[in-house]
Amino acid sequence: MADLVPGAVRVDRLRRRMITVQIIGAGVILLLAMAPYVFEPSVTSQWIKLFYLITLATSWNLLAGFAGMVSVGQQAYIGLGAYGVFVFNDLGLDPYTSALVASVVIGAVAFGLSFIAFRLRGGYFAIGTWVIAEAVRQIVIRFDSLGAGRGRGIEDYTADPVLRNLFTYWLALGILVATLIGSLFLLRSRMGVALQSIRDNEVAARAVGVDVTRAKRIVFVLAAVMAALAGSVICLQQIGVQSPSQIFSVSFSAFMVFMVLIGGIGTLEGPIIGAVVYYVMDLYFSQMGLWYLVVLGCLAIVVTLFLPRGLWGELRARFDITLFPVGHRVVALPRPAEPDASASAPAPRTSPRTDATATTASTEG
Amino acid sequence: MVIVNALLQGVLLGGLFAMAALGLSIAFGILRVVNLAHGEIMTIGAYLAAVGLSSLGVSVWVSLLAVVPLMGVVGYWVQRLLLQRALTLGELAPLLVTFGIAIIIPNALIELFTTNKQAISTGDLAVRSIKLADGLYVGVLPLLTMAVAIALIAGTQLLLARTRIGRHMRAAADDSETLRLLGVDHRKVYAAAMGLAFAIAALAGVFFGMRQGGVTPFDGQLMVLFAFEAVIIGGLGSLWGTLAGGIVLGVAQTLAGVVSPELPLLVGNLVFLAVLVLRPTGIVRSKVVV
Repeated sequence: MADLVPGAVRVDRLRRRMITVQIIGAGVILLLAMAPYVFEPSVTSQWIKLFYLITLATSWNLLAGFAGMVSVGQQAYIGLGAYGVFVFNDLGLDPYTSALVASVVIGAVAFGLSFIAFRLRGGYFAIGTWVIAEAVRQIVIRFDSLGAGRGRGIEDYTADPVLRNLFTYWLALGILVATLIGSLFLLRSRMGVALQSIRDNEVAARAVGVDVTRAKRIVFVLAAVMAALAGSVICLQQIGVQSPSQIFSVSFSAFMVFMVLIGGIGTLEGPIIGAVVYYVMDLYFSQMGLWYLVVLGCLAIVVTLFLPRGLWGELRARFDITLFPVGHRVVALPRPAEPDASASAPAPRTSPRTDATATTASTEG
Repeated sequence: MVIVNALLQGVLLGGLFAMAALGLSIAFGILRVVNLAHGEIMTIGAYLAAVGLSSLGVSVWVSLLAVVPLMGVVGYWVQRLLLQRALTLGELAPLLVTFGIAIIIPNALIELFTTNKQAISTGDLAVRSIKLADGLYVGVLPLLTMAVAIALIAGTQLLLARTRIGRHMRAAADDSETLRLLGVDHRKVYAAAMGLAFAIAALAGVFFGMRQGGVTPFDGQLMVLFAFEAVIIGGLGSLWGTLAGGIVLGVAQTLAGVVSPELPLLVGNLVFLAVLVLRPTGIVRSKVVV
């Protein structure tokens, strides 16, 4: 490969890979959207769970993996998303529209709450979000119309169970697709560069002019909207909320942490893999009762300490593969044929040989 | 008189919150680790005392003599074996490890002991009280809790200011590299600090259990939030601040309890969030950074 000479490089955004991803992605989405015509509702209702798990994992990964905010209070938005379905359903909207409207409102709530949460940093931010989640739960259960501490069902719902499952499936799939596409384009945008620089070194990012607080606030709100949408899917699938302490449970945060850590924090692919691993484990081991959560906790600790890059990180380190191109690659332009043509290019201060940079420098998300 | 009584009870409740917050404050001040499992360590302390009482018949006070040092040793080794490694991996890792512990402990406790309350009885101590005026009583146990909390804070302050290990801890908090150059193993210093934090947490957990008459697997979640709120309200880095923060939280909860028995937790949380918005550095200006 040619040497990297200043003036003779271009930044490759992996556009060709991006086009491939778009074509394959569109195909996969189309197939998944048709799946209810092929599979029984009992199968697709299982997939709904996988879809909202991936959505949750992706949202937590944006928070912790890219913006460096470990939140253990995302259950606040999951719960609000579920209860938002009731609120707008009672106002006369159908449950599916309610879910979408609620998520927008909850995004606004999260924007307000960010001004409280951002007073704290690091570990105290984590517990602060937990307190906010508790306060939100305690406020929600004070409303008798929302079932107080008992939970409640959706009043006005599609009567036919097959159609209900179908609509919920499409909604969950749509939310998942929107989450993944949104994250991919967010990370490829200018904001994405800022986020990846915050992930790598927050102080340095601030020093080169990244508005760190603004970037974090945007991610905080986006993650809350995604969690709210996932929460409303949970509510729609269970036709209500069984108990507020369940939908506002800190266990949701534990699942998110687990999925992201296992898959690989700070990558787009990791949370998807982590969610699939969690989903499969959940299918086979959930009859172990609460020991299952004990095992998850232990695995999370082991992965944090001994496999900090997660499954996807290890795979990528070994085989240099990416599914979603979010990185930049500096590539040397082909050398001009005439030897004296380089005189017109700005003269490099150091000879290319002594320049210590590798022939391709790249950032990978 | 109801209000005065609630104020007094709130202040004494603050002693308990301060005791719970002290361990969190030490761990953060010296190791910069926010221990999300702090409440669960308190729960473990209370469970050990409860099991000692129910299966061995040992009184709570005697079991404290074993439980507190035992949890200190546990803290020492948790730091050396798990958290020390996590500290080298960046900011997120220690948080995630302690969150893992915070998920493991309550679920294991539910499987082992069910969700039933494990009784921690203190004889008549829990109900004994001193009459100050008509309608104004001071419980002996809350008074004792407050005294122990003050003694612990003063003791920790002395330990950090006057003793050799205390100096090492402060040095490790400032610059562990230089401490190493001077021939002190900073990992042992960190581990000792975490051991101290665990021991105090266990003691606070037993006092919490005595106040509640027992302990359930869910108490840890409540307690870690109380402890954290006391630390933040009081102001990060100030040990006496945690006492002030605990008292503010305690008074807020008992005053809310006068209005409605469902309100204390919510009002406590809202007071905390209000302090965070209005005075994020806490109510006590810290002079000594632990």
